[in-house]
Amino acid sequence: MISAGIDCGAKNTKTVILKDGKVIGKGSVLTGFDQEKAVEESLELAIREAGISRDDIGKIFGTGAGKDSVRMADDKVNEIKAMGKGAIFLFPNARTVADVGAEEGRAAKLDENGRPADFAINEKCAAGAGAFIEAMGRALETPLEEMGALALKSDKEIPMNAQCAIFAESEVIGLIHAKTEKQDISKAIHDSMASRIVSMIRRIGVNKDVVMIGGVAYNPGFVAAMKRELKLEKIHIPDDPEYGASLGAAVLAVDG
Amino acid sequence: MAKYPTEPLKCWPKAKELRQQFYRNFSEAKEKGGIRWMGSAWAPDAVVRGLGKDVYSVTGEPYGASCAFDKPLSAKFLSAAENFGFARDLCAYMRNYWGSILCNEYALDKGKFPKADFAWSQHICCSHAKWYQNACELEGGNVPLFCVDVGAGAYPPFEPEMYPHRIRYVADQMMDGIEWMQKVTGREYNDELFLEAVWNDMRLTSKWAEICMLNRATPAPLDEKTIYSLYVFGVLEQSNAEFADFYDELYDEVKDRAARGIAAVANEKARLMTDTQPPWGFLNIYRYMEKWGAVSVGSLYTFGLAGTWLYDEEKHDLIPRAMPDKKPATREEGCMMLADWHLSKPEYQHFYHPEYKTKMMDAIAKNWKCDGVILHYNRGCEGLTVGIAENRLGLLERGNKVMAYEGNMGDEREFDETATINRLSIFLESLGLKIED
Ligand code: SF4
Repeated sequence: MISAGIDCGAKNTKTVILKDGKVIGKGSVLTGFDQEKAVEESLELAIREAGISRDDIGKIFGTGAGKDSVRMADDKVNEIKAMGKGAIFLFPNARTVADVGAEEGRAAKLDENGRPADFAINEKCAAGAGAFIEAMGRALETPLEEMGALALKSDKEIPMNAQCAIFAESEVIGLIHAKTEKQDISKAIHDSMASRIVSMIRRIGVNKDVVMIGGVAYNPGFVAAMKRELKLEKIHIPDDPEYGASLGAAVLAVDG
Repeated sequence: MAKYPTEPLKCWPKAKELRQQFYRNFSEAKEKGGIRWMGSAWAPDAVVRGLGKDVYSVTGEPYGASCAFDKPLSAKFLSAAENFGFARDLCAYMRNYWGSILCNEYALDKGKFPKADFAWSQHICCSHAKWYQNACELEGGNVPLFCVDVGAGAYPPFEPEMYPHRIRYVADQMMDGIEWMQKVTGREYNDELFLEAVWNDMRLTSKWAEICMLNRATPAPLDEKTIYSLYVFGVLEQSNAEFADFYDELYDEVKDRAARGIAAVANEKARLMTDTQPPWGFLNIYRYMEKWGAVSVGSLYTFGLAGTWLYDEEKHDLIPRAMPDKKPATREEGCMMLADWHLSKPEYQHFYHPEYKTKMMDAIAKNWKCDGVILHYNRGCEGLTVGIAENRLGLLERGNKVMAYEGNMGDEREFDETATINRLSIFLESLGLKIED
């Protein structure tokens, strides 16, 4: 059977098409203000890549903050369930999964079927999500894509307030005025965000097979900071981490 | 299709009327030649009853909750308190209360805020004494204040014994308080009225615990949203004879509901418990849970704030504290009995160690057959939220499913409704429930 999972997130909307346990199509677009349009567009992209028609899809599941906009969905699943299923599909030994997206950071402890046994979601502040690095990048006048690589050049430890994006920004400005190297500030930004996500993961329990999905997993500076904070040699990251939850939704559309 | 029969509570209109009358009494006290006092909901109000039958109070916490329920009014009070210079991270009830004085507006009838003749409080949370110290100043600076320190240690079994000197420490302050009240009001104290009030306090709080016991039944005869409207009498005035009588009536009705299998929530499929005050402006989250067939059957907060219980270590259970064999006969005996009774309040115990609270919460989860626990990391109440992250871990270790959300009982700016609903959906789904359209 062919299934599709659509994850309508705060920044991007992603679709995965699955056929007999294999990903055959993917599509990602900016969500923008018109969520329903974004859902349609990402689905179209994925269909095109898969080389199928919409009628070939047996079941569609929606997930993400904008899951109600996935009008054509046969069912909707919550983000925690979708990310858990996606993680265990890719890494069957996974028991801890973190999903760090643009606007929200989440973590879940999974049972052997990928069902969430406990979960945590960051509270009302950008300090635990990708938007934090983006905002700090603006203060540093550095494009988001370069922030991670910049951080990797530093080995300095500069403590920074990770509790609030606004306070952190004024700290960044203070560091700029103190003539701190950009790379050191960038590392401090990634460290502070990682410490926030890790404290959330610790709340639900860490095991050695930690999987990270979500767009922020593309950022090498953040991944390095997470490893340091978790004291782990390796964190499992799929090739396309931003599709983790949509993949989970597509799997759930088949498995139920 | 509904799983269980349900019907409205017959006592409901009476509860509403009693509550309204209580607040009216406070605002109209002077027209009746009476006395007004303000203080914490946990204050030993029986002591004040000895001043006469025409002595009326407003207790700060339920008043603050009533303000919070009216979101535009609360926003006005909170900003008045902030503009005056009070910090935004203080107790949200307290800020609503101060704002109400500063705006000179009484939330219950929108008239002028009635000035109290004196303040009588106790002190367990670090906000209690400061609350009324500032309130007295805001009301003109000539309102006298007496605060009973109840920080006398945890009650058995959490500590091996409630040593007599600890009880005496609290009782002596009550005795001093009686002398002080006579001085500041010019009234002669009536011991008979006081002793009757002590008995009513015990009657009311013991009966409330008995009512909560009835909610062990499946289906639960009461849901927590309703319980919020009923437990309030135990925090408005514990020594009020009319309130104690009302609880007798309520007990009979709830007992009958439990016996006949009358459910609060007709589609009860899962039972939950909560903790601390809810975000009062957003009680719709409880209705949302009901759509999933989830009923919150209570909490240590609603059970223990208005009820007196003892924790039985061996049975790992909460047991309603039994009434003493006989009424107190002298002022001193009355103060000693009242002090001992109040020191055993479940909600006092966690101030000494979060583990005590975890034990009591787990006892509720097990004995009220709860499938999950929902914790409110309540930024508005330092007193009841202290140690809650420890409670979470303790409850998880004991095999409970736990969800936490952040918010504030009395400051809507700190509550994210959409995020909380989303979190609730995830949690309820993880309990195996499905939303019903
Ligand atoms: S912080 Fe909580 S316990 Fe303390 S006075 Fe306020 S409501 Fe009461």
